[in-house]
Amino acid sequence: MESVTEQNIKLTSKDFSSDQEVKWCPGCGDYSILKQAQTIFPDINVPKENLVFISGIGCSSRFTYYMDTFGMHSIHGRAAAIASGVKAANPELSVWIVSGDGDSFSIGGNHLIHSLRKNFNFNYLVFNNQIYSLTKGQYSPTSEKSKITKSTPYGSIEDPFNPPELALGANAAFVSRTIDRDPKHMQMVLRRANDFKGTSFVEIYQNCPVFNDGAFFIFTEKETKKEEALFLEQGKPLIFGQNDEKGIMITDSFTCKIVNYKEEGIAPENLWIHDEKNKTKAFLLSQFVNMEQNGEMFPRPFGILYAVERPVYEESLISQINAIQAKKGKMTLDRILSGDKTWVIA
Amino acid sequence: MNSGVDFTENASVSEELESVVVRFSGDSGDGMQLTGMQFTDTAALLGNDLSTFPDYPSEIRAPIGTVAGVSGFQVHFGSKEIYTPGDSFDVLVAMNAAALKVDLPKLKRGGIIIANISGFDRKNLGLAKYPEGADPLNDGSLDNYVVHKIDISKHTKDCLIDSGLGTKEIERSKNMFVLGLLFWMFDKPLEHTIEFIESKFAKKPEIAKANIKTLNAGYNYCESTEIFINRFKVSPAKLPAGVYRNITGNHATAIGLIAASEKAELPLFLGSYPITPASDILHELSKYKANGVKTYQAEDEIAGICSAIGAAYVGNLAVTTTSGPGMALKTEAAGLATMLEIPLVIINVQRGGPSTGLPTKTEQSDLLMAMHGRHGESPLVVLAATSPSDCFNVVYEACRIAIEHMTPVIFLSDGYIANGSEPWRFPSGDSLQKIKVSFLKSPNGDNGEILPYKRDEKLVRPWIIPGSKGMEHRIGGLEKENETGNVSYNHHNHELMVNLRAEKINKIADYIPLAKPDTGNEKAKLLVLGWGSTYGTIKTAVREAIKEGYDVAHIHLKYINPFPKNLGELLNCYDKVLIPEMNKGQLLQLIRAKYMIDAKGFSKVQGLPFTTIEIKEKIAEMLS
Repeated sequence: MESVTEQNIKLTSKDFSSDQEVKWCPGCGDYSILKQAQTIFPDINVPKENLVFISGIGCSSRFTYYMDTFGMHSIHGRAAAIASGVKAANPELSVWIVSGDGDSFSIGGNHLIHSLRKNFNFNYLVFNNQIYSLTKGQYSPTSEKSKITKSTPYGSIEDPFNPPELALGANAAFVSRTIDRDPKHMQMVLRRANDFKGTSFVEIYQNCPVFNDGAFFIFTEKETKKEEALFLEQGKPLIFGQNDEKGIMITDSFTCKIVNYKEEGIAPENLWIHDEKNKTKAFLLSQFVNMEQNGEMFPRPFGILYAVERPVYEESLISQINAIQAKKGKMTLDRILSGDKTWVIA
Repeated sequence: MNSGVDFTENASVSEELESVVVRFSGDSGDGMQLTGMQFTDTAALLGNDLSTFPDYPSEIRAPIGTVAGVSGFQVHFGSKEIYTPGDSFDVLVAMNAAALKVDLPKLKRGGIIIANISGFDRKNLGLAKYPEGADPLNDGSLDNYVVHKIDISKHTKDCLIDSGLGTKEIERSKNMFVLGLLFWMFDKPLEHTIEFIESKFAKKPEIAKANIKTLNAGYNYCESTEIFINRFKVSPAKLPAGVYRNITGNHATAIGLIAASEKAELPLFLGSYPITPASDILHELSKYKANGVKTYQAEDEIAGICSAIGAAYVGNLAVTTTSGPGMALKTEAAGLATMLEIPLVIINVQRGGPSTGLPTKTEQSDLLMAMHGRHGESPLVVLAATSPSDCFNVVYEACRIAIEHMTPVIFLSDGYIANGSEPWRFPSGDSLQKIKVSFLKSPNGDNGEILPYKRDEKLVRPWIIPGSKGMEHRIGGLEKENETGNVSYNHHNHELMVNLRAEKINKIADYIPLAKPDTGNEKAKLLVLGWGSTYGTIKTAVREAIKEGYDVAHIHLKYINPFPKNLGELLNCYDKVLIPEMNKGQLLQLIRAKYMIDAKGFSKVQGLPFTTIEIKEKIAEMLS
């Protein structure tokens, strides 16, 4: 490992930038994601040649061409299925899936849920801009109901997916959310995803300036950010608000309430303390998107909602192979060819 | 029976026969497949040449006693070379009325029927939809056959009355009684089946004991009752000297893949989603974990092929297995593999289509899909196996071509040869041709750049796997610039790349054997041209036709894309060309389009293989 460390000290973010011209629209949130990824890779302790990016189809999925690593820009929705084969065949590689809300939650939904269930040790990034951009502006499975788009001129009649809820429902071991306009937060989440052993599901809110501009501005702009965004920290109380005056509590009946803890004289340690190992709390956090109290929406949680390691697919596969090999021994090719019952014709 | 014996005549005891076809027929739950396979194994071990045809419904347990639930296993064994499971049967085992109803039409006149009386009561006759009052075992309608009425269920019950087993388990043992009868009838020993039972039920000794007891009871029943006047002997066949085993097509396919992985020194990865009739390849390969074989049961057909693409990308011998409906789902990913130019073996065990079609029945109707079933100009290699054991050779060749030519290869098998079996003089590991693999480990450009799409003299690009230091590069489904592999929308470049991908596949013709007649001469009035599983039937028909004086030859194609280089030239040596296929003329279209000859098609799409007689009659018609 020493040589690896040495090598990574020498590398900079430029070493992860390919010679291809980046062709996203000006102002696209994808630029920030690319930059944060290139920023963290020099020191995540993975040899550059072991990094593999697998992407599907959509604006997000062009990402692969811009990273100077191994990469495959594949077909719509199938990145996770391809990555599953990559990991099963070579567990040593550090595999990063890059996908979008259409790619993962619509055409690739089946591969998403099964990869979360099987728990390969790879990182699953979904750039969620709540719109189909590369096909020039149709609603996506994460677009809000009633959304007016080219394919829904009278408004969409569908309820959207709630990605963290979907991931938790599929038994994801690691569920997180970050946002394009908060570079430091995104770097933190990407590092955590990299360090986590298991499928690391990372939802990244990403602004599409052309077809869905400002979809997430309330979580990033100064005027609203403190009221609307909740940044989770392990072991810390859930606090938000313009002056950090608001907190969240869980009632005895497992409902959530917003309190002005300072006015009400509630000690911060008596608020909901974030515990990323608690799945029940993670589910409640995932529901904030639809919760309100006296007309006030709950803030949107960002950070690691849930992270509990469990056996990863490729390790179970290898250990099963090793156990059977140890018990039965490798069969010679001639033995396989002859089978159990033979006869001789002279 | 080729000796032409009529069992209704009084034949002598222990008569020698050249070949016999036995059909075991009963309800899906009667264990006919296992009975047939056990009979087959013993015949094979005693040196008979043989061919089998399991023929079962797609429902696991269709309504008991109905014609929909009839499951048959046909075995043709002989002292001569056997290439087909036989057009019609000499012996029919009918466990119930429905079985008789379904299979009687194919029993030879004068053939033997062994009928289980308790399967012919009023209830069973009704379920089989015999007319009210009909009683085939007693109403004289079977006078042209030799009918042995035996109450197999009752004898089994009597035999196991003290076994302590429940009624259901006792009932389930009755197939062993039948097997005992057949072993006596064909003078075959019980020991191989006894060994099989002991090992299969090692953990349930009381079941093993009951099965062995019933098997012996069936055998002894013949001995003591002298119910059969005749006992038959089929001597060992005069096959080429060597060591043999019995093998099905799916099993041969599985071990062909393992052999290729060993000879290429690459790990084997199978990404697959279960589907009839291909699942047995997944099952078989899953047993070889000790050899490092990775089998991945994917969430769907698409993930089956996509996981294999991922495994190929990182340097495994990667395979996906399926049948028609799954093949349809895999087409987009097959196009990606064609664009990426990575080695991938796609196995399609064909079944009756379209849609869900006839899941357990055979057909050759995916040929044009294999050739053209991807969008865009997307050529890849198509190979087809001719018999159960040939699946080994052809899938091995599929792996070799995929790796050495960096291309997806579609291997076509079908339900008939996948489930059918035959004796196989298997090769030694050493005798198998080595498969050459090379991974590019250092830049191949003149200025030290990495050129993932720079080609060698075969027009093959290098295989560069993740983990290779300094070789980082991107590939993908978008059109690539020649050599660099960078995304390119340039129109001239696109045409160049389309042509290069096609030319690469065409060039493979330089690395495969030339076509030659399998039977007959390089010049004749009629050529019968076949592909895939029709081999045995066409060969038998053409041999017999030649014996009868017809000027006919047989060529059988295993390489369909590209065709052997000399095929066009060879076809011109025959006055007429007949192409029998279990489809509506798919090879026919390819041959006519490519060589512009007036070949004639001969179609059968009944979910059943051709019979020898059908092909022979067509030959006679073409030459009259």
